[in-house]
Amino acid sequence: MRKGVFLFFLFSFLFCLTAKGQDLISFKTYDELETYIKENTSKPLVINFWATWCAPCVKELPYFEKLNTENDKVKVIMVSLDFEKQLDSKLKPFLAKKKFTFTSLYLADKNYNNWLPKVDKNWSGSIPATLIINQDKKFFVEQDFSDYEELNAFVNQIVTK
Amino acid sequence: MKKIGMITFIMVMLMSFTTLSGYQPGDKATDFKLKSVDGKMYSMSDYKEAKGFIVVFTCNHCPFAVKYEDRVIELAKKYQSKGYVLLAINPNDPTVVPDDSFEKMKERAKEKGFTFPYLMDEGQKIFPQYGATKTPHVFLLDKNLIVKYIGAIDDNVDDAAAVKVKYLENAIADLEKGKDPTVATTKAIGCSIKVKK
Repeated sequence: MRKGVFLFFLFSFLFCLTAKGQDLISFKTYDELETYIKENTSKPLVINFWATWCAPCVKELPYFEKLNTENDKVKVIMVSLDFEKQLDSKLKPFLAKKKFTFTSLYLADKNYNNWLPKVDKNWSGSIPATLIINQDKKFFVEQDFSDYEELNAFVNQIVTK
Repeated sequence: MKKIGMITFIMVMLMSFTTLSGYQPGDKATDFKLKSVDGKMYSMSDYKEAKGFIVVFTCNHCPFAVKYEDRVIELAKKYQSKGYVLLAINPNDPTVVPDDSFEKMKERAKEKGFTFPYLMDEGQKIFPQYGATKTPHVFLLDKNLIVKYIGAIDDNVDDAAAVKVKYLENAIADLEKGKDPTVATTKAIGCSIKVKK
């Protein structure tokens, strides 16, 4: 009996380990996010701004996931701009289901006019948008990628310069 | 390798040009002749008495634009009495986003009781001239079609009640006082305008 209980807990524990994707880390302001980014620049960063309500963003998530697992030159950070009301109802269940290996962040800052220009002065605000940080250099694109190969080639051009 | 670097450079340059093109405050906006959900064609020159125009690039499918729908309806009502005309334009290619087809636009306008023209940018010729890049994207013009304000409606998409700064209304208030808006451009998130690749 005790062995059965032990096995039950062991399996539950293992299940939790395998079933879990990356935890979602939330930031109230862009400045907090910026601090986090500055503390995580051991590798070039590919930072993508997305939301579950943005269809082209969701479409390219698998490309960023593949980039994170296959291109060891970079670290992928996905910043969700989901609506506050959909944080628990949409974003969290979506991430729990998909179990991505990339780092998932949530940015709650709705004062876009304040922080969008800090990411890139030419960002008009459409998503998806991607920022690549290679040491002290920044590259920003306001576009989606049609497949993994296009994304990977684009990233490689920038980080291998 | 060098060649790839050059190509990247050109690509980045081209992209910055794309973002920079379109109107800046002070430019004269083009008039248009676009079909609304009532089947009639609309131009700004039809409104001889207008004190100004609120041109809102918006659409059916974009959840961010939908969040602003009720606010757009209220703005149209509020400023109509002050002599401003609100014109909503759907810039998306319906072959890319079926939800933004002319038929679906009619349905939405009826459902929500739009009191303003909801126009289709047939052939997608107007939005690039304005430099609209997303929905929603607002352009405030004076009666001579001079662009006075470009950007967001306000500073809180999540909650109309929690808005701190009503950018568009402040810009109109400045026009009413006979001066240029103190804040003439703002940035906000939105859905990219959908074109065929």
